[in-house]
Amino acid sequence: MCSGYRIELLMSVWLLTGCHHASHDQAAVTTERTSNGVIASALVPGMIHGASSSDPRAAQYYENPQAVVEGKRLFSQYNCSGCHSNGGGGMGPDLMDNQWIYGDRLEQIHQTLVEGRPNGMPAWGDKIPDAQLWALAAYVRSMSLPQTIAANTGDTPSQTPAPVPREAAQDTGWSPPPGTTNDYTDVIKGPQ
Amino acid sequence: MCRERILTLLLVGSVPLAATAQTVPSPVPAAEVFTRESIGHALAAPTPQAGHTAPSQANAPPDDGQWTMPSKNYASTRFSSLQDISPQNVAQLTPLLSFSLAVNKGQEAAPIVADNTMFVVTAYPNYVYALDLTRPGAPLKWRFSPKPVPASQGVACCDVVNRGGSVDHGKYIFNTLDGQTIALDVNTGLPLWRTQLANINLGETITMAPLVAQGRVYVGDSGGELGVRGWLAALDEETGKLLWRAYSTGPDRDVLIGPGFKPFYAADRGTDLGVSSWPPQAWKIGGGTVWGWVTYDAELDTVYYGVANPGPWNQEQRPGDNKWTAGIFARDPASGQARWFYQYTPHDEHDYDGVNEQLLLDMPFAGQMRKVLVHPDRNGYVYVIDRRSGQVLSADPFGPVNSSRGVDLQTGRLILNDDKATRLGRTTHDICPTASGAKDWEPSSFSPDTGFIYIPHENICMDWQNLEVNYIAGTPYVGADVHMKPGPGGHRGALTAWDPVNRRPAWVVKENFPIWSGTVATGGGLVFYGTMDGWFKAVDAGTGKELWKYKVDSGVIGQPISYRGPDGHQYIAVLSGVGGWAGAVVAGPVDPRDGSAALGFINVMSDLPKYTTAGGTLYVFWLPH
Ligand code: HEC
Repeated sequence: MCSGYRIELLMSVWLLTGCHHASHDQAAVTTERTSNGVIASALVPGMIHGASSSDPRAAQYYENPQAVVEGKRLFSQYNCSGCHSNGGGGMGPDLMDNQWIYGDRLEQIHQTLVEGRPNGMPAWGDKIPDAQLWALAAYVRSMSLPQTIAANTGDTPSQTPAPVPREAAQDTGWSPPPGTTNDYTDVIKGPQ
Repeated sequence: MCRERILTLLLVGSVPLAATAQTVPSPVPAAEVFTRESIGHALAAPTPQAGHTAPSQANAPPDDGQWTMPSKNYASTRFSSLQDISPQNVAQLTPLLSFSLAVNKGQEAAPIVADNTMFVVTAYPNYVYALDLTRPGAPLKWRFSPKPVPASQGVACCDVVNRGGSVDHGKYIFNTLDGQTIALDVNTGLPLWRTQLANINLGETITMAPLVAQGRVYVGDSGGELGVRGWLAALDEETGKLLWRAYSTGPDRDVLIGPGFKPFYAADRGTDLGVSSWPPQAWKIGGGTVWGWVTYDAELDTVYYGVANPGPWNQEQRPGDNKWTAGIFARDPASGQARWFYQYTPHDEHDYDGVNEQLLLDMPFAGQMRKVLVHPDRNGYVYVIDRRSGQVLSADPFGPVNSSRGVDLQTGRLILNDDKATRLGRTTHDICPTASGAKDWEPSSFSPDTGFIYIPHENICMDWQNLEVNYIAGTPYVGADVHMKPGPGGHRGALTAWDPVNRRPAWVVKENFPIWSGTVATGGGLVFYGTMDGWFKAVDAGTGKELWKYKVDSGVIGQPISYRGPDGHQYIAVLSGVGGWAGAVVAGPVDPRDGSAALGFINVMSDLPKYTTAGGTLYVFWLPH
């Protein structure tokens, strides 16, 4: 039942309103009237086109086990690992948590890779073939999947990346306020 | 139904609840490292009766109560002769004021005190604050915001730190992460000049504290993990104009090696060794950055500075001695021409940068007073070097060492332990010291009263595997998978009072976390340092006994100082704000589940978030009166 309304449901999460609100035209969601008539804006980066994948090229990289394996290889070949380690971060932010500064849908990650980002993420658009960028995006998205995390043994994560499920395209992710840290874990216990 | 659906969706991306920090690995067994007696060497037996160890007047003039450069004086003793605060009354030491730096990143700078004004530079975005010490609460005189390019954060290997500025001739001179050296008018906070020296697009940043001496400003680059080519530049203090730049690799004309170059050891003699000790072209991206301490010797009119590791870390991609990396240069300040060079770690394969501080002392050796520099290196040895000639007089381990078996004092060469060589496709276990060294950048102090050097350091080892790496400009050029672990005993840090004459520790204070702060020694007989879990401490300079501690808002990795306030009394100041390479797990956007994160440091620091949070605050302490 619900699956037919998947997009609407996610939009409602995003707008922080209830489940029971009318479906809407996807093209017109840059500003959105909520149930009490207030105009909500698209605060989540890249979400102006709604919650579902808007780039048709992204589709084939979901549910694609080869893509994530290929992405893993490219991740070290292009020195992504130098800044992001095995997903745990270093010079660049960690990618294996559920915090996304610039969005976690494959076309958002792809866009991050193509354009670069202001705080020190290089632009790769004219350096890496597009198909490889998509594979990299899939691998990056896979790092924080529960299946990938579950497959981690020891302290070298992201070695067995699970394919990215299509539902992942509808997760808005979460990111902490800039400059704050320690948000990777729900609960940290003090020293015993 | 709807709720169920939402729940599933949220779970798809969220971190499982069980994913708390990894546990810290178990320590390397004590039997894995060599004893000091078995690998420490000296050219002669100690002769303590031959004289008193102290810096010369020229390099450490009588204390005027100010603190105008991070190292306090040219000798780099970080010794304050002030005696108000003593073992008898230090228990009464309390904070007088604190000041938020508005930057929650690793704060490594020394506060600077000149003309009753305190100057502080923060981690990126490198704010500079000038505080008026003559007024209650030390109100702000001015704040300068240099606005470094944000992208510089992405090419800073190990947090976005800054190691401080200096005041000289009415100017506060400091560097920015994006590669500028800036001189501010101390009264107005307005820039007198700005010189762009480093290029972030090549992976170059600047994190070091410039040294200002005799009208020249010395600045070097960071970026050894990004395939940059290291250099030291000298600028005119009045105009900011570049006087000379000496590269650490490449042909002699770029390295400023000419007829005046007289290295002590045969291995450093020859033409264009900075090219021939590398595979073709590899010197162009071979590292050898200059991000540590530059020292000026007013007696011998010489500049000394350490050169960092060769790149990439994967040593199999760069056979050869890789000159002039992981060593020390002595240069003529006016021309930049090299006088001598000594390579602490030829063909480094463990990231042992040679950039730590050098203390300029006059010290008894073999029955005579010798002009030496003392340098505790990342590779684990305290070197005592004749600073006229570059000859090593003694080299003794002060931390856990098994990557080498001592220094051959005939050839000057470090004797490698093949068991700890690093390889492609094979992990070498339990290498000591770790990549960040038995000691990293955090500077020691020296007290002429005790004759001890107070070395803040680490007790950490590592597992290492080489990886194939491609050079892509502006990206890391490392090629190694590193996982760190505690050294023998399990404590990750230590404060060692080193007796350079008798070549042994006088006492050692163990700390749970690596000590990443500097130390300051005082005429009152105290040594101050901070811990990564947020304690600022005073110990007895003679015995190491802990006499006082105060818990600040975040871990301490800064350089404490001691100064005389406008009221004539002694004050102690330090910055809190954990971070740096060792503190990345708190200050950086990293995940403790990845032991290789932050170049392998996370593995051994995953519990730090239990103890401290990010911060950034100036603290000033006093005895209430
Ligand atoms: C020189 C260091 C560096 C390299 C190399 C690098 N990154 Fe990044 N990356 C960063 C930094 C720094 C950021 C944060 C940028 C910002 O916040 O503006 C970032 C951000 C990202 C993000 C956005 C994360 C989010 O939360 O939205 C993704 C995805 C990413 N990088 C993937 C990659 C991939 C894939 C590669 C290799 C093709 C790569 N990076 C190479 C430094 C680097």
